Amino acid sequence: MGDAITEALRLVAFGDAALWEIVSLSLRVSLTAVALACLIGLPLGALLAIARFPGRGVLIVATNALMGLPPVLAGLLVYLLLSRAGPLGPLELLYTPTAMVVAQTVLVTPIVAALSRQVIEDLHQEYDEQLRSMGMRTWGAVMTLLYDARLSLLTVALAGFGRAAAEVGAVMMVGGNINHVTRVMTTTIALETSKGNLAMAVGLGLVLMLIALVVNGAVMGLRSAQAVPRHV
Amino acid sequence: MSDALITPRSRSLAPANRPDGVLPVALDGVRYRADGATLLDQVTFRLRPGRLTTIMGANGAGKTLCLRLIQGLLRPDDGQITYATGPLNEAGRRRIATVFQRPVLLRRSVIGNLRHALRVYGIPRGDRAEMLADLLHLADLTALAHRSARVLSAGEQQRLSIVRALAAEPDLLLLDEPTANLDPYATRLIETLIRAAEARGATVVLVTHDVGQARRLADDVIFLNRGRVLEQSPAQEFFDTPASDAAAAYLAGRLLL
Amino acid sequence: MLARTLMTLMLLFAAVGISGPATAADRFIILQSTTSTENSGLYADLLPRFEADSGIEVRVVAVGTGQALRNAGNGDGDVLIVHARAAEDAFVAAGHGVARHDLMANDFVIVGPASDPAGINGMSDTAAALRKLAQAHAAFVSRGDDSGTHKKEQALWRAAGLEPQADGDWYREAGTGMGATLNIAIGMDAYTLTDRATWISFGNKLDHRVVVEGDAALQNPYGVILVNPETHPGVRARDGQIFIDWLLSPKGQAAISGFRVHGQQLFFPNARRTN
Repeated sequence: MGDAITEALRLVAFGDAALWEIVSLSLRVSLTAVALACLIGLPLGALLAIARFPGRGVLIVATNALMGLPPVLAGLLVYLLLSRAGPLGPLELLYTPTAMVVAQTVLVTPIVAALSRQVIEDLHQEYDEQLRSMGMRTWGAVMTLLYDARLSLLTVALAGFGRAAAEVGAVMMVGGNINHVTRVMTTTIALETSKGNLAMAVGLGLVLMLIALVVNGAVMGLRSAQAVPRHV
Repeated sequence: MSDALITPRSRSLAPANRPDGVLPVALDGVRYRADGATLLDQVTFRLRPGRLTTIMGANGAGKTLCLRLIQGLLRPDDGQITYATGPLNEAGRRRIATVFQRPVLLRRSVIGNLRHALRVYGIPRGDRAEMLADLLHLADLTALAHRSARVLSAGEQQRLSIVRALAAEPDLLLLDEPTANLDPYATRLIETLIRAAEARGATVVLVTHDVGQARRLADDVIFLNRGRVLEQSPAQEFFDTPASDAAAAYLAGRLLL
Repeated sequence: MLARTLMTLMLLFAAVGISGPATAADRFIILQSTTSTENSGLYADLLPRFEADSGIEVRVVAVGTGQALRNAGNGDGDVLIVHARAAEDAFVAAGHGVARHDLMANDFVIVGPASDPAGINGMSDTAAALRKLAQAHAAFVSRGDDSGTHKKEQALWRAAGLEPQADGDWYREAGTGMGATLNIAIGMDAYTLTDRATWISFGNKLDHRVVVEGDAALQNPYGVILVNPETHPGVRARDGQIFIDWLLSPKGQAAISGFRVHGQQLFFPNARRTN
């Protein structure tokens, strides 16, 4: 463990180009996936929270269950989709960062949808009558709810980011862990482990946690700055 | 909201041609049931423009339910509610504004709540700044404009929700016990606001248990008991000579407090 | 003023995401490969030389031989470097590959704990060593992942007249890559079969050491195959062929034999074209 911490410190302090390339690709892939997952998951969560239609209960259970989708399975599904033998083969997306974004989006979208559904439903119960009395239609109500729940939804996005940044199975399968192209933090950790470079692997793990800490800290800072009631 | 259940009496009359907008509003033989219990039965009354109507009655009499039905949040199981403008559509619903007993304020600043309302009510962009200043002033909340609405006192919150309702420039303003939890000073401020709302052309319906308040403000009184209208009469007449035993008992009970 | 938090964040995410990949070579090929060549550092040494000569980037997807064959069988790859002769021939016979060429070789070794509970240290008769190991019920970790090494190990057991079952006793299946399997074997004080290249460059040996080596049966030939563009349209056959030609050329072969880890040569070139 001492070796690992030394290794982590060395990595951060001397920040070799290879490390920063990997870190920046990790962030790019995971943040893009979270953004896409929010784009899909927030309206879906809002729909499940507000709309009443047959099958809604089943959908909610399914969304909740999909939060536990194994990354390897998500990776396999996306692989089958993007493989040259698959339906989207001609797009030549396999073993690219785009494929990794797609796989992580598949993983994160249910998390965003399921958690935002809960957040929005709670707020909806409170706001519903007021907004309807103001003659608001569903779409307007959804926008109001999303806006007013934004701080909680930020935490939802963070949960999604945590999932995306931490998973290895999906990006390994559809990215291929290609040096300089699709190698991210988690696949590097897996690779270094398989090379028996355990101190390096744990060091990278510590760097990954540091990044998660910074991202979460930044968002919490943003949150509290927004939450303070301001005076004239 | 299905239009079929709210039968129009005068479809041809457009709101623009009527200074009183949705008024008069008439409830005709309205019945409302929930969970097997009849909460309102044979409720018939008429809200006339320019007359402040208070709805009184013991807890559970169905007062709040009447407001929800008039606002169009609920549909009667039987009977009809008719509006001068025809069936209640989105536009018609915006001619009516409700202030709930417990104000539901958005998680925004005071001014953020008002901005939201102005936008929802479709006030032209160019008019909004002026209306904002006017409404803040009316509620005496100018100094608190940027404070989070949720940290205001109960009285301030209630004032904010009333001027938010006024942002709709409603024909009909429905107030559900707006002073239920307020001290006499805060109550007086609300009553001043109600007068101001009337001066701006809103016809007010006020649900209240406060007999003194009803005496001060009401033109007409509707007295509900167990989901039925026992009396609809001019205020003076109601307070001086209640026609029903229940109303007499209610008034006496209040006086005993 | 309170507005835009989410919006800003999403735009930020998107902006960060839209910016292009780290390197965007115009010409590249995908190499589906076994792990030993990648993990030992061979490609890190070899590929920059080829890229400098040809201007073609080689993107390595390092998985087990079985996985590499399956991926390439889906057309997901242009060139294949693996080590499972029978499976390679079947791959070509099925029309997935154009031809299989000898590329290089090294050998397998059996590694085990210094305590050597099976008493096989120093043996060079693999079949005898495996029989002794089975008799002693000494812990043995199998790759169990249909990789080239796994196939080789199964062939060795068969040659020894044994067919051990992974029933939770002494013979264990890891179901994972070479490096992870070594980590497990070392953690369990168990024996395992590994290619020498991976073993020499492996960083977590603790007190494990090579116990069986030098048997002709332990030969480990690597083959290189161009994925068949007729079966799999989209395969970058021209650039793939350029890479294969370079590997098999004197220059490529010299680069392979020049690669050293801790002063030891890991791969021995033996280029032979199949037509």
